[in-house]
Amino acid sequence: MFKALFSGRPGEAAQSGSHTWQGVREALGRYGQNKAAVISAAVLLGMIVIAVFGPSLAPYDPVKIGVGGRLERPGGEHLFGTDQFGRDVLSRVIYGTRLTLQASVIAVVVAAGIGVPLGLLAGYAGKVTDNIISRLVDILLAFPGILLALIVVAILGTGLAKVQLAVGVSLIPAYARLVRGSVLSAKENVYVEAARAGGCGAFRIATRHILPNIFVPLLVLSTTAVGWAIIIATSINFIGLGVQPPTPEWGADLGAARSYLGVAWWPGTFPGLAILVTILSINLIGDGLQNALDPRLKRKGEGRR
Amino acid sequence: MGKYIVKRLVLAIPTLLGVIVGAFLIIHLVPGDPVDIMLFNANPTPEQVTELRHQLGLDKPLHAQFGTYLWGLMRGRFGESLQTHRPVSDEIGEKLVPTLQLTFCGMGIAIIFGLAMGVIAAMRPNSWVDNLAMGAANVAVAMPAFWLGILLILLFALKLGWLPATGQGGGERLILPALSIGIGYSAIIARLVRSNLIQVLDRDYILTARSKGLMERIVVFRHALKNALIPVITMIGLQFGNMMGAAVVIETLFARIGIGRLLVEAILQRDYPLIQGTIFVFGVIYIASNLIIDLLYSLVDPRIRYS
Repeated sequence: MFKALFSGRPGEAAQSGSHTWQGVREALGRYGQNKAAVISAAVLLGMIVIAVFGPSLAPYDPVKIGVGGRLERPGGEHLFGTDQFGRDVLSRVIYGTRLTLQASVIAVVVAAGIGVPLGLLAGYAGKVTDNIISRLVDILLAFPGILLALIVVAILGTGLAKVQLAVGVSLIPAYARLVRGSVLSAKENVYVEAARAGGCGAFRIATRHILPNIFVPLLVLSTTAVGWAIIIATSINFIGLGVQPPTPEWGADLGAARSYLGVAWWPGTFPGLAILVTILSINLIGDGLQNALDPRLKRKGEGRR
Repeated sequence: MGKYIVKRLVLAIPTLLGVIVGAFLIIHLVPGDPVDIMLFNANPTPEQVTELRHQLGLDKPLHAQFGTYLWGLMRGRFGESLQTHRPVSDEIGEKLVPTLQLTFCGMGIAIIFGLAMGVIAAMRPNSWVDNLAMGAANVAVAMPAFWLGILLILLFALKLGWLPATGQGGGERLILPALSIGIGYSAIIARLVRSNLIQVLDRDYILTARSKGLMERIVVFRHALKNALIPVITMIGLQFGNMMGAAVVIETLFARIGIGRLLVEAILQRDYPLIQGTIFVFGVIYIASNLIIDLLYSLVDPRIRYS
């Protein structure tokens, strides 16, 4: 069945196949031809390693004050310099990697966990349910991502977990819409009609015919969604409505660096560079995946920054 | 055409209702007692608590509160800010224009740069110009606007001293904030213009125009661009809301007056009447801008009107 996922012909996913690994190998081959995508995958792997092994890799304790002088220039003992409290910026960036990757993955899981069932329900159940759910999604979509996240923070309060939830909520509409659209078009599919005629129950149809068809678009959406999640989360932390000091977080550190820009450029640069590298590699991976898995897929929509 | 307009208006109503109800519910969705949360640090006496509860109308039953809220909405009254005790409508009214100014400026920059980059890239597909432009676009899209703002401040305000780093108003104080918002979105527009234009330039009627002997420039600008721009217009409209959202963060960075910063302060201070009012205004603006874009789109593409 999985070979059909990667063959570029969506309808085939509904059929069982025995050449799963051939399909995967073909797709990997296509992915491997994309230099940018391969480099990005390596970079992302590197970031995951940094996130996991952060505590062992960081030269200093990120929250320890005074390991260096205040606002020391980059170089020597402190590769990225120190911040206004004498904390090592490199260590803070390293620890921040874990926080950012965690937060964005959790947000995407929340968004998919709620958005996908919602979309399935809207697409598969009756017209009334569809209308209700679609109206609700439209209301959520009336606000851009960061504003939705701000509303959630306004209600629930500040703090890391709330930010993760808030970002997740802001991404739900994208998932719900994608799944609903795929379900609606899959319903028209000949295979589904045949299955229904053959007496398949709704659940079986959903899992065997519909889910395989939405797997690839969902995967591609998720890579974009992780990028959005990082931007929204770091923005909220930047304005001070997210994590509280002294938690090392890229957006929060950039926010704190604001007051010292006149005397120190490094606290306001390196965390931002980390954000850029992370999002850029994830975006390029997403592009690579899309081209490898279905070269005919058109990119839909550009963003909920 | 009129039917289309009416249809879109009607479809917007449930969303508007949702925004109205949603804004109302904000204070009621807060876990715990909002009054306790608001007065947390002030060590209030029981009388003060009751007083605030009464002032906010929280001691009345829910439907009565909603009635008061609706009645106030229709007269343009959103209550009073808890920090400044001024009417929320005054607070918002003062600060809305600078935000719109910033957003429109950012949008202008995005459209100009985006169109230029997209057209240039599309006219020489897969050349180094194209690759450079799209590479730059990829980087710009991956950059948070507030970090770009910091970099712009570091370079243009602090190192070179050409532009002021903070402050409100128009003129040179608007340049860096507008650039911070505009550059990211110009990348999105550039990518879309490029891919659409490349597709359009492949079409038969372009082949006709070329074989007539028309200069390439006229082919592109007079014949191809118009058609390529239709989806771009929709995209610009969709991104308007996102740009206003970005303005929220940019206003904080550049210490500018605006409803973005107003909202952030209100959230920090738990000034619920102000939060509710601001969210409602944001919602109305987004719904209105989506409607306008729908209408513009239908004007530009006659096929839509009759669908």
